[in-house]
Amino acid sequence: MSRLSWFNVTSLTLGFAFLYLPMVILIIYSFNASQLVTVWAGFSTRWYGELLRNEAFLDAAWVTIKVAIMSSTLATVLGTMAAYVLVRGGRFMGRTLFSGMIYAPLVMPEVITGLSLLLLFIGIGLDRGVLTIVLAHTTFSMCFVSVVVSSRLLTFDRSLEEAALDLGCSAFDAFRLVTLPIIAPAVVSGWLLAFTLSLDDLVIASFTAGPAATTLPIKIFSAVRLGVSPEINALSTIMIAVVTVGVITASLVSKRSMVRKQKEERAAGQT
Amino acid sequence: MAQTVFAPWDEPAEKPLIRFRNVTKRFGSFVAIDDLTLDIFEREFFALLGPSGCGKTTMMRMLAGFEDPTAGAIELAGEDIAAVPPNKRAVNMMFQSYALFPHLSVYENIAFGLRRDKRPKADLDDRVAEMLKLTRLEKFARRKPHQISGGQRQRVALARSLAKAPKLLLLDEPLGALDAKLRQATQFELMDIQEKTGTTFVIVTHDQEEAMTVASRVAVMDEGRIMQVATPERIYEAPDSVYVADFIGEVNIVSGRARAIGDERYAVEWQEGQTPLIAASERPFADGQPCHLALRPEKVAIHAEQPSDIDNAVQGKILDIAYLGNLSTYHVEVPGGQVIKAQTANTRRISRRSYTWEDTVWLSWTPTAGVLLPE
Repeated sequence: MSRLSWFNVTSLTLGFAFLYLPMVILIIYSFNASQLVTVWAGFSTRWYGELLRNEAFLDAAWVTIKVAIMSSTLATVLGTMAAYVLVRGGRFMGRTLFSGMIYAPLVMPEVITGLSLLLLFIGIGLDRGVLTIVLAHTTFSMCFVSVVVSSRLLTFDRSLEEAALDLGCSAFDAFRLVTLPIIAPAVVSGWLLAFTLSLDDLVIASFTAGPAATTLPIKIFSAVRLGVSPEINALSTIMIAVVTVGVITASLVSKRSMVRKQKEERAAGQT
Repeated sequence: MAQTVFAPWDEPAEKPLIRFRNVTKRFGSFVAIDDLTLDIFEREFFALLGPSGCGKTTMMRMLAGFEDPTAGAIELAGEDIAAVPPNKRAVNMMFQSYALFPHLSVYENIAFGLRRDKRPKADLDDRVAEMLKLTRLEKFARRKPHQISGGQRQRVALARSLAKAPKLLLLDEPLGALDAKLRQATQFELMDIQEKTGTTFVIVTHDQEEAMTVASRVAVMDEGRIMQVATPERIYEAPDSVYVADFIGEVNIVSGRARAIGDERYAVEWQEGQTPLIAASERPFADGQPCHLALRPEKVAIHAEQPSDIDNAVQGKILDIAYLGNLSTYHVEVPGGQVIKAQTANTRRISRRSYTWEDTVWLSWTPTAGVLLPE
């Protein structure tokens, strides 16, 4: 192993500073005792307490989580179905068109997606609220799920499904008992992706949210427009902590299962 | 006690289990199976042998129900199975990749098909235990497929496809992923299991040795057509076309013109200025008809001096010697430039090499050693 040269150390420091300095500052200021965001007045957890008593924020957080769970679940079901048909359905009229169209929302500007959904909801007379946000989030996160799932299905050994059919399964049973358990990790990561996309979406939610239901990002954004409060810092710090813990846990779990599988495969080769 | 020979294909009264009737399969403009007719009988171990792309896998997939014939009919036990979906056919398949379900244990893999039949628990347990015993996998029942070796996986795949006691078992290159030693052992195991269960096996393979070892009959295929269907002995000793003779084992093909010289005996003019070769043939040839003499290398003897009292003797020069351990193959150039291979068994350990490169030698064979084939 070569030692780090001064050049490498510098670029590493610069890179990480660029990525993490803003977050570190935010976390530090969330423990500020002062009412003024930019003036340090000693360590305190006061703003975390205030946050817990702020009904509006708690409501928004609850709406956000509800929306995220419902929309990501719906998007996972629809996205998996779409991926399955596109990968497995064989050739049918307009298949290329359909697979192209399913990726379109990935590159579509969010403002346009949001605006078109807003027009749709007004057109059909649907009152804006939790339901409309869920539908909107499902629409745009479904294609992410279908991208993740279809890339897994492309490497899926087709003969596994044929074996299931051969052993007496109906097509649906083959999917339920063989395909789904095997592609489950991809489906789960598709769900997680949809979940996080829904959690931090601001643009589409602000088009489709109504006075009855506001999500956390909208709440934060509008609060910040009136001036940054230390409460927001505390809230953001909590969100960073949750995301960090989630990511680290997920990578530890997947790494451990991979190591175990490798070990077992090596052991199998020797028997 | 003399054993009766298993040969239902020679019994006109015997009803075939599987019947391909003028089956054609096209993928777009590509003809995978070309107007093929074939009978396979109960308890047979039938091998479909051919190079890749000859249609053997397509035939198997049609039997399993994954492909439908474009024209013609496939009958299983007298019934047309075209309309029967794969999950309703009394046919099971062992896949080339084994297709074991990675998320299920060995036990659950074997039980998978039985569970679809909603069998009572005790019944199912008994059947799985029986299959585990048959394939000697009792110790591995709780393992997952990635926790066992390749040979064990192969046996799990076999046990799983046999568990439902199908009328017909299809094996798609079942031993392709195993190394040579294990493959040989497994071939005998397969034959043993086939005999014990009495199931009809159809095996697809491109390995001629494998087909010859396991099968009661072999169908040699080429470009969607069956070239010959016969027992391994007949395929090897009495091929009915140059293609089959050439595909199975090594063969020397000497081309010439036939001339009848007696009862089922022909002289083959093969090279100007050379004595004609004498060959016996039940197949009639007209005088002057072009023909090919197919001659297996092991039936050609090699001598230092001109042999006497033998019908066919040709002088030549040794070009190459291939020492294979148990056998040596001599490549001998005969007049006209053709190279004929002669094979001798090395029955003695470290015997003195009698012949070396550039030696002039004599090759000889009897009239019945070769097969005379038409164009």
